[in-house]
Amino acid sequence: MSGLAKQKKAGLLSIGFVLTQFSFSPVFAEQRPFNLGSIATAEQVAGWDIDVRPDGLGAPIGAGNAIDGEAVYTDRCASCHGDFGEAVDNWPALVGGEGTLASHDPVKTTGSYWPYASTMYDYIYRAMPFGEAQSLTYNETYQIVAYLLNMNDIIDDDYELNNKNIGKIEMPNHAGFLIPDPRPDAQSISGDPCMNDCNVPTQIIGKARDIDVTPENES
Amino acid sequence: MTKKHDQSLSLSRRSLLGGATALGAASVLNSASAGEVNPDNLPPNVPEWTPYLGEGVDANPYGLPSEFESHVVRRNVEWLTASAESSVNFTPLHELDGIVTPNGLCFERHHGGVPEVNPTDFRLMINGLVDRQLIFTLDDLRRFPQTNRFYFLECAANGGMEWRGAQLNGCQYTFGMVHNVQYTGVRLSDICREVGVKPSAKWVLAEGGDSAGMTRSIPIEKILDDCMVAYAMNGEALRPEQGYPARLVVPGWEGNMWVKWLRRLEFGDMPYMAREETSKYTDLMKDGNARMFTWVMDAKSVVTSPCPEKAINNRGVQLLKGIAWSGRGKIKRVDVSLDAGRNWQTAELHGPVLEKSLARFTMPFEWNGEEMLIQSRAIDETGYIQPTIQALQAERGVNSIYHNNAIATWMVNKDGSVDNVRLG
Ligand code: HEC
Repeated sequence: MSGLAKQKKAGLLSIGFVLTQFSFSPVFAEQRPFNLGSIATAEQVAGWDIDVRPDGLGAPIGAGNAIDGEAVYTDRCASCHGDFGEAVDNWPALVGGEGTLASHDPVKTTGSYWPYASTMYDYIYRAMPFGEAQSLTYNETYQIVAYLLNMNDIIDDDYELNNKNIGKIEMPNHAGFLIPDPRPDAQSISGDPCMNDCNVPTQIIGKARDIDVTPENES
Repeated sequence: MTKKHDQSLSLSRRSLLGGATALGAASVLNSASAGEVNPDNLPPNVPEWTPYLGEGVDANPYGLPSEFESHVVRRNVEWLTASAESSVNFTPLHELDGIVTPNGLCFERHHGGVPEVNPTDFRLMINGLVDRQLIFTLDDLRRFPQTNRFYFLECAANGGMEWRGAQLNGCQYTFGMVHNVQYTGVRLSDICREVGVKPSAKWVLAEGGDSAGMTRSIPIEKILDDCMVAYAMNGEALRPEQGYPARLVVPGWEGNMWVKWLRRLEFGDMPYMAREETSKYTDLMKDGNARMFTWVMDAKSVVTSPCPEKAINNRGVQLLKGIAWSGRGKIKRVDVSLDAGRNWQTAELHGPVLEKSLARFTMPFEWNGEEMLIQSRAIDETGYIQPTIQALQAERGVNSIYHNNAIATWMVNKDGSVDNVRLG
């Protein structure tokens, strides 16, 4: 675990830390070597550039609070994710799970796990409702994100979430991520591995057959 | 098809049954496979397919495998996911030889189904910190200088069900989220020169045109090193489920980053922290913290025969087959143990052994009805040794889902059937 202890916690500061891991060799401006493609207009870019960064860059102008979000969420999201984000059937839960990450059964939700509120805006606008991508308005998206943040006890129900503060919401698990990647790890041996009479566990402690969750396929 | 052929087909299907019935199925196969044989087709008789003309050309304008191979298909585990549009199926590794995965058998992982992208309307937009924001058509991409490379693509969640114990009784279900094809396409470094990347650009957001709008942040060094935009696999256009008409290729790194149905690359000065690199594809450790940006796929190997789907049917000499791969470079060596890892032999590694590509190994062995515990262990050119599950668990716990590259154990039972087991 010492390798882990040495790692930095992720956050805007340590993103800079990641970058120093690489020696950067820029591809400087030169004449277009191939003259392929056409110039993208500002309007074309605006239509497709829908991502929202952790610092809020890219967040479209708009606003919404949880009180207004409840109705939109109930209408567009609750059939799969549950009225309170608790999930219906096998669909993902969006609320709850605080304090479970180190337990036997971690519950990863926007509230317990996600490090940035910007990711909620970005993902919900681009991909939800499932099968109706990019159908929400900007205001509806802010309202729904505000509703989920409120359900997760992160903001009050009348807090106005907007493009200026979406990059400033402090998420509970913000510091829960470790970079850079400490692998290769789990290398107990250096040099050539044991070839003969190795001291390894050889008792059978489990069989997939006994768990019996393997599909029985007919083609 | 004759009745006898039908029989043999259903028997081979039955041999694929996993779980609690594997043992029964294997013994059925052993006893019944003799009955399958039609002596009329055996020497000295003239087999039934010889006297008559067969099908002419164009019976299948796009050729298909023999109908006797219809059990060789991708399979999914329905209870794993809530919908087929956000789901995964698995490559039948145990049915394949060599290092090339046939296009129709490459496992699928979609987050919003397979979009039907019309190639005429396909556009790739490059925006952000570049001198010229450009839009490319498919024809533009095909006019760039070309590169042709074999690479494996492995989902970071391959084997994710096995962290706590042996769960799924099949090589296909426990290792089948990997495939290996030859990609044809454009080097990202050439596209970078065309748009003129600004020195402040340190990350690239790759975005798909599917209904999940799949997005991942990739450091610029990797983009310039060996990434490509591929439009062909194994010599033909990408299959729809593999990103037709163009996908990103991120050699040696987790499959989720190989964005399919690629529509946009944005150059920026920090990572975008998309859902797929925060909520997903982060590896939860014992203490509740999660590793982020764990991109490389560490060295791994698996014995593809015998395995739970490939029972041993006859005593005597056997050919053990397997595959090995590493996201850090070439496979250097694969060792095989028949006694639970106590003693090892080095298997024969078959060429070509390419960087960040599957490598094939085989090893002959004798089986005479005894129990065996079979393992394989890959070592790559960096000296990295495929770890045991105990070593991984000690380091990371059991909740990480992703990046399980542990050695698996197949137990050969006395009747020749094979089980996925966990040792401890
Ligand atoms: C038809 C069912 C359905 C509806 C309706 C739906 N979702 Fe989802 N949602 C899904 C599925 C399926 C996924 C997982 C997709 C994947 O695998 O990538 C998901 C994932 C999510 C996630 C990410 C969960 C995680 O832990 O990573 C969020 C957040 C989310 N949905 C929010 C919403 C919101 C907000 C709405 C309403 C605007 C909505 N969803 C409507 C099915 C649905």
